[in-house]
Amino acid sequence: MWSVTRPLLQECTLACYRLLSAMTQAVPPILSITPSRALVDEKFQVLVENLPPGCPVTLHSLHHSEDKDDWEAYGHYVSDHRGVVSVTEDLSFGGTYTGKEPMGLLWSMRPVPGSREGLRLRKINVCTPMLVNISVHSGHEDFRDRTPLASALAERWYMAPGVKRIDINKQGVQGTLFIPPGPGPFPTLLDMWGGGVGLLEYRSALLASRGYVSFSLDYLRSEHLSADVEFKYFETAFNIIRNHPQVIPDRVGILGISLGSTVAFNLTAYSTIIKPRCIVCISSNHYHPPGTTLKAGFKILSKHFHKAHFDENNYMSWRSFGLDLIADPSNNVEVGRINCPMLLVNGCDDQNWPTVETAEEVARLLREGGKEHLLSRLAYPGAGHLIEPPFSPHFRATKFIILNSKKKVILLWGGHTKAHSDAQEDSWRKSLSFLQLHLYHSPSVKAKL
Amino acid sequence: MDRKQYCVKLSVQPSRGLMDEKFIVLIQNALPGSQLTIRALHQCEDGHSWEAFGHYTADTTGTINVSEDPSIGGTYSGVEQMGLLWSFRPIPGSKSGLRMRKKNIQTPMEVTISVYQGHQTEGFADLVPLSGVAVERWYMAPGVRRIPVTEGGLTAALFLPSGPGPFPGLLDLWGGGGQLVEYRAALLASHGFASMAIDYLTAKITMETGKMVDNQYFETAYRVLQQHPQVCGSKIAMIGLSFGTSITLKMAVYSEVIKLSAAVCISGSHVQPVDGSVEEILRFFQKNGEKTRFSEKNEVIWRDLLLPIPTDPSLKVNVGRLQCPLLLVVGEDDQNWPSQESALDIKEMMARAGNSHLLTVLSYPNAGHLIEPPYTPHARSSTLKTVEIEEKVMCLWGGQTVEHSRAQEDAWKKMVVFLRENLYGGRNPTSFSHL
Repeated sequence: MWSVTRPLLQECTLACYRLLSAMTQAVPPILSITPSRALVDEKFQVLVENLPPGCPVTLHSLHHSEDKDDWEAYGHYVSDHRGVVSVTEDLSFGGTYTGKEPMGLLWSMRPVPGSREGLRLRKINVCTPMLVNISVHSGHEDFRDRTPLASALAERWYMAPGVKRIDINKQGVQGTLFIPPGPGPFPTLLDMWGGGVGLLEYRSALLASRGYVSFSLDYLRSEHLSADVEFKYFETAFNIIRNHPQVIPDRVGILGISLGSTVAFNLTAYSTIIKPRCIVCISSNHYHPPGTTLKAGFKILSKHFHKAHFDENNYMSWRSFGLDLIADPSNNVEVGRINCPMLLVNGCDDQNWPTVETAEEVARLLREGGKEHLLSRLAYPGAGHLIEPPFSPHFRATKFIILNSKKKVILLWGGHTKAHSDAQEDSWRKSLSFLQLHLYHSPSVKAKL
Repeated sequence: MDRKQYCVKLSVQPSRGLMDEKFIVLIQNALPGSQLTIRALHQCEDGHSWEAFGHYTADTTGTINVSEDPSIGGTYSGVEQMGLLWSFRPIPGSKSGLRMRKKNIQTPMEVTISVYQGHQTEGFADLVPLSGVAVERWYMAPGVRRIPVTEGGLTAALFLPSGPGPFPGLLDLWGGGGQLVEYRAALLASHGFASMAIDYLTAKITMETGKMVDNQYFETAYRVLQQHPQVCGSKIAMIGLSFGTSITLKMAVYSEVIKLSAAVCISGSHVQPVDGSVEEILRFFQKNGEKTRFSEKNEVIWRDLLLPIPTDPSLKVNVGRLQCPLLLVVGEDDQNWPSQESALDIKEMMARAGNSHLLTVLSYPNAGHLIEPPYTPHARSSTLKTVEIEEKVMCLWGGQTVEHSRAQEDAWKKMVVFLRENLYGGRNPTSFSHL
């Protein structure tokens, strides 16, 4: 690896800058992003050409979010003897990421200096792309003081062309359905988000772009009268989807994150109607006191907040009292009853919930029932709770509004950016291959007869 | 075969690409050894439908990769990664003489790619595909801006790449059919050139006054481009196809105002009355009208109008005086212009004058006149309405589809490199050895 010392760097920078200023009138560098339009889980190549050789430059990405915040990432590079910088091949010497990181300009994004605290980046309107502007600046220090030498725009899409988005409001069930292009019918997923948020569609849109009908279910909007009524809501939702003409009825799975994984466990363990072909639980949580609705369960949880641990930044972690709560098995879903293949994805640095311990408990219970072969587990060291689609920025702690109250806290999710981003990329690929195996490839039950 | 047992998975990557980008069409989870047809369908802006298809056999893993596996029939055969685009032809029952050209380049070309059971050749509309995806093909990269230009009486459109600039400039001219044809300029802007597409035969000013534009029109276009704050005024090139070549060569050699860093001439000739205006050059061609020939299908062949290549210097642009690099692109089966004979004569003239080091000739056997951006479907003939004649004629362009398509791909690649080198390059690495 090159060892670039500061005085040498400054001299280089000044010389290059002078050269570049003179040359910019005649010949600027060329920055290209290939592909310029891609799905959010696809990689791109960022290349800068026509620089002077051995020139220190900074690659800078900028995104203006729907919430009107600015997010950025940057890496410091030095051009080779041909005057080329390739983000795919070269090492970043510093910035928001270091080393050889083809997608570092996306996953290491963070709010620009001076932004509000505890921000989180999530796309609400999935019908338009996320726009990322990538530019190249001369020098490393104070690169923002100089106008960029060149820039290009990338479009990152959650929806592939031809994917249809349909609002569902049927038999009291609300949500958004995404249907892949083509004649169908398709294997299908019931997609469930976590607590504390409105309806998020982006993962469903992406799953539809990967060939699955995907239904993003809004299950926290209304206050259900009882646990039974709430349970029926989920069963009704599952039936509506299963009976949709574009859905293959015996190829429906459930994917849930955080509280969504609780729902997945609960339905699969107890429903006589819902028989998913397989389930994927991200940031696994099986805490669900019997006879409670999810919101009521959350209220019980919030009574333990005084036991929450606050770190040096005053970020709140529920992990430790969560561990106490799940120690009592009567609080939890009897996951040993589950009879379908399961994939559990967890971050070992999850500070929000003891998800790894939950996964271990699930493994133990299935082993006892002779069903351990149904279980696959992925546990990523250094990853936190919010395991999102690949190249999404990492959020170690974000603002959270406690359900039904106006109280805002900053919740600690955990994770260290590089490890967390690697986990997002790896787990998405493995989740898709798990779903492909169980929902696309495996022979129909009929074929066995 | 129970379709539900085998959910055939079709994917095209990238699903949104630029018109000159390749894609990978992949089928997975098909029944091993099964026969499948992959078909592309496109409905163009004027409502006509186009199709292309290939016949494949899935391997033992149930996979077909169009970039690795051969098509054994259809509108293309062999290993043809992009065959589903370049072999597009109007669906059966369409009228004759169609040519696929996009007018609105701010929206993508939409193509549906589907897979059918068996080796099908017709009646696709009545078949249900096993799987289908939608693909977008764009002329404009994200961030490229389109700016209409009316300054100085021009009818033009400027395409600016994204970024601060300044960018090298490009003047883009098409041929005798007139109109403002924007797609090539939009695509070149996506490659970093500030490109201005110019309508010089059916410009607003011509339609209103009935008078053809004069040489100043092109000089005005050059000036407007040069003075744009995001254009590098000292790095401007010109690209012309067909009649556009006539203008390009004339300006490159004779204009006192236009100083080109490079010129690209596709399917054209240097034969013209050198002191002539646009109008006079057109009249010169018309004078030779009796040399028009017709094919057995009654298609018009105009290549003889400028033959034999004259020896009279007043009838040929004096390319010996050219001071910038010139790239000539020639289809050897060009039935519309004598581009091959002209290229040979240009080469001789430049050799005699001592500036042939500026010349590069790309000559393609069995390619026709319309050498378009890559994967544009080949039109061996199509109906044409030129500014000289009132009614539409069926014009023979020439070319054999496979070789013509390869020529388009190769010529484009080399043209972009040529433009890059002459407009962005000029950097001598040894001059920075002190760094």
